[in-house]
Amino acid sequence: MKKFEPVIVAFCCHYCAYTAADMAGSQRLPYPANVKIIRVPCSGKVDALHIIKAFENGADGVYVAGCLEGDCHFKNGNEKAARRIDYVKKYLEEIGIESERLTMVTMSAGMGYRFAQTATEITEKIRKLGPSPIKTAITQ
Amino acid sequence: MITAERKPLEELIDYVKPFKRILLLGCNECVTVCAAGGRKEVGLLASGLQMALLKSGSNIEIKQHTLERQCDPEYVEELVPMIDGSEAILSMACGCGVQQLATRFKDKPVFPALNTQFMGASERQGVWAERCQGCGDCVLGITGGICPIARCAKQLMNGPCGGSTGGKCEVSEDVDCVWQLIWDRLKSLGQEDRYVDIMPAKDWRSGGGSGPRKIIREDLAE
Amino acid sequence: MKTESKLEKILAAGHLAVTSECGPPRGALPDQVREKAAYLKGVVDAINVTDNQTAMVRMSSLAASTIIKQEGLNPVLQVVSRDRNRLAIQADIIGAYALGIDTMLCLSGDHTKFGDHPMAMNVHDIDSMQMIQMVRDMRDKEIFQGGAKLKGAPKMFIGAAANPFADPFELRVLRLEKKINAGVDFIQTQCIFNVEKFERWMEGVRARGLHKKCYILAGVTPCKSLGAARYMSNRVPGMDVPKDIIERMSSVPKEKQADEGVDICIETIKRLKKVEGVAGFHIMAIEWEEKVEEICERAGLLPRPQI
Repeated sequence: MKKFEPVIVAFCCHYCAYTAADMAGSQRLPYPANVKIIRVPCSGKVDALHIIKAFENGADGVYVAGCLEGDCHFKNGNEKAARRIDYVKKYLEEIGIESERLTMVTMSAGMGYRFAQTATEITEKIRKLGPSPIKTAITQ
Repeated sequence: MITAERKPLEELIDYVKPFKRILLLGCNECVTVCAAGGRKEVGLLASGLQMALLKSGSNIEIKQHTLERQCDPEYVEELVPMIDGSEAILSMACGCGVQQLATRFKDKPVFPALNTQFMGASERQGVWAERCQGCGDCVLGITGGICPIARCAKQLMNGPCGGSTGGKCEVSEDVDCVWQLIWDRLKSLGQEDRYVDIMPAKDWRSGGGSGPRKIIREDLAE
Repeated sequence: MKTESKLEKILAAGHLAVTSECGPPRGALPDQVREKAAYLKGVVDAINVTDNQTAMVRMSSLAASTIIKQEGLNPVLQVVSRDRNRLAIQADIIGAYALGIDTMLCLSGDHTKFGDHPMAMNVHDIDSMQMIQMVRDMRDKEIFQGGAKLKGAPKMFIGAAANPFADPFELRVLRLEKKINAGVDFIQTQCIFNVEKFERWMEGVRARGLHKKCYILAGVTPCKSLGAARYMSNRVPGMDVPKDIIERMSSVPKEKQADEGVDICIETIKRLKKVEGVAGFHIMAIEWEEKVEEICERAGLLPRPQI
C-alpha cells in the first residue's frame, strides 16, 4: 500500500499566521508540504461552510490559525473563530468525522518557528489518525 | 420571528436514505435570521448529509435551493420547473413552509429538516428567546408590554407564584420571573394600579382553543 | 356564615384554627390515608389533602379527601390548576361537595419540572386567582365559569396560599389583596421560619386592613433533621430558612435534631400567636403526621374547640 500522506488545509489569518508562515520561509524553517495554506483576512472570516467543504473535498485535517488572544486586528475575530470551531467539531462528530481533525491555533506574526512547529505537529497527528473517513469513502 | 433548530443528522438521514435525488430547500425568511434554514445552512447540511451518506456507502444527489418564502404559494410556484428532477424534498423552513410544499406537490414526499420552536426575538447575537404565544387577544397593554402567557412557566396572569426568587423563575435560574419584570416596568411607568385589577379567566378560543385559526381579509381575499 | 365548613365555624367563632396536611399515597393504598388521618383526629380542625404535590402522581385529592371525610374528619380539598382545565376542576368541585367536602384550597401547583413527569403538559387553563373567582361564582352566583346557571351550588369555604417570602416582596401584600378581591375566605401561608420577615408582611397586611377581610393561617413546619432544613433552604423555591435556624439544627447531635426541629416549630407558633391578624396555624409535618399532636399540645392549641 502506498504510504499515507495527509492533506491538511490551514486557514491562516493575514495578520498573524500567514505572516508567520512567511517568516518561517525566510528563516528556512522546514514544515511539511502536506499543509495547504489559504490566506484569510481574519480567522473570524472562516465560515463553517469553508471547513465542511474542505473535508467534503478530501482534506484529512483542517486547522484555523488566528492571532493571539487579545491581538485580533478586528477586535475579536479570533474568539469568534474559536467558538465556531467548537460548533463545527460537534457537527463533524454528527457526520462521523473525528473532531480531532479540526483544530484552532493562535500565534503572532513573528512566530515563524511556532508556525513550522504547529504545521509539523498537526500533520503528524493527522498522519496517526489515518485518512479521513470521507476520503476513504470517496476512493472506495 | 419563527425560530427553529436543525434536527439531528441521524434522523434526516433516515428520511432521505430511500431516495436517489432529493431537493434540499431553504427559506430566506425567519429561519435564515435565526441561522437554522437559510442558504448557508442549506449548504452546510447538503455537505454534511453527503459525507454521512458516503460513509454508509450510499450516494444521493442533493440539489440545493432556497426560496424567498416557503410559506407563500407565489414563491413555492418557482419550484415547478425543477421539482421533477427530485424524488423528495427536505425542507429547511418552519412547519408552515413544509406544509405549504406538501400541499402544492401532492406526489412528492416532504420531510422537515428543522424542529420549529417558537415565536421569539433576538436577545443578542446568537440568542433567541420566546416572546409570544399568539393567544389572539393581546394583553401587553395591561402588563407593561411584557407577556405573562409566553414568558411565565405557569402562564399566570395575576402575579408571580410563590417560587419567584431574586427576579428568577423557580423553573430555572436562566429564566427571568416575568412577573418581576412586569412589576418593575409598571412601577417605572407609574402604573402600579394596573396590577390590582384581576385579569379574568382567558377565552382561549382566540388562542387556538377551538381549532385551527384563519384570518380572512375580505378586501384582499380572492 | 357562607358555608357549613367546620373550619369557617371555628374561625368565625374567634378561635385560633389549626389545620394540618396529609399527602395521599403513591398507589391505591386507602389504609395509608386512614393511618395518617388517625394521627390527626381530635388534633386539628381540618386536614389539607394535597393534589399531586411536587408534581408527583398520587392518589387523587378528591378520593383521599373522601376517605378522610368517611373517617369523620374534615378534609380541605387542594386543587392545582396545573393538571386540569376549568371543566375538570368544576366537575371535581361539584363532585367533592356532593360527597360532603365543603372546604378547598385553590393553587397553581408546582411546575411539572420538579416532579416525576417532567415531560407532561402544564395545563394552566386558569390560574389560582381565576380559580378562586370561579369557585366563588359557583357558590354565590350559582353559575359556572362559562356563565351557565348551576343547580345545587357547591358551598365551598375557599382557601388559597400566600408566600410572604417570595419576591418581589412589595407585591406580596397586593397579591393577597387581589386574592381577597377574587373571593378568598382563608389563607394558608408558606412555612414560616423567618418570623421577622413574616411580621413585616403582616404589617403591610394590617395597614390595608386585609386581616379583617380574610382569615390568615400561619404555616409552620417542624424540621426532621439538619438535612431537611438545608434542603428546604437551598432546594425548595420560595422557602426562606434563615441561617440561625440551620445553625441551631446543626448545633445539636444528629439524634436530637428531630426534637430540636419540633422545639423550633413550637417556639415559632408561640411567637406567631402574638402577631395581630394571625387567625390560626397550618402545621405541615411532611410525612411526620404523628408529631402534630405533640406540637399542638405543647403550643397550647389543644384541646380543639367543639362547634
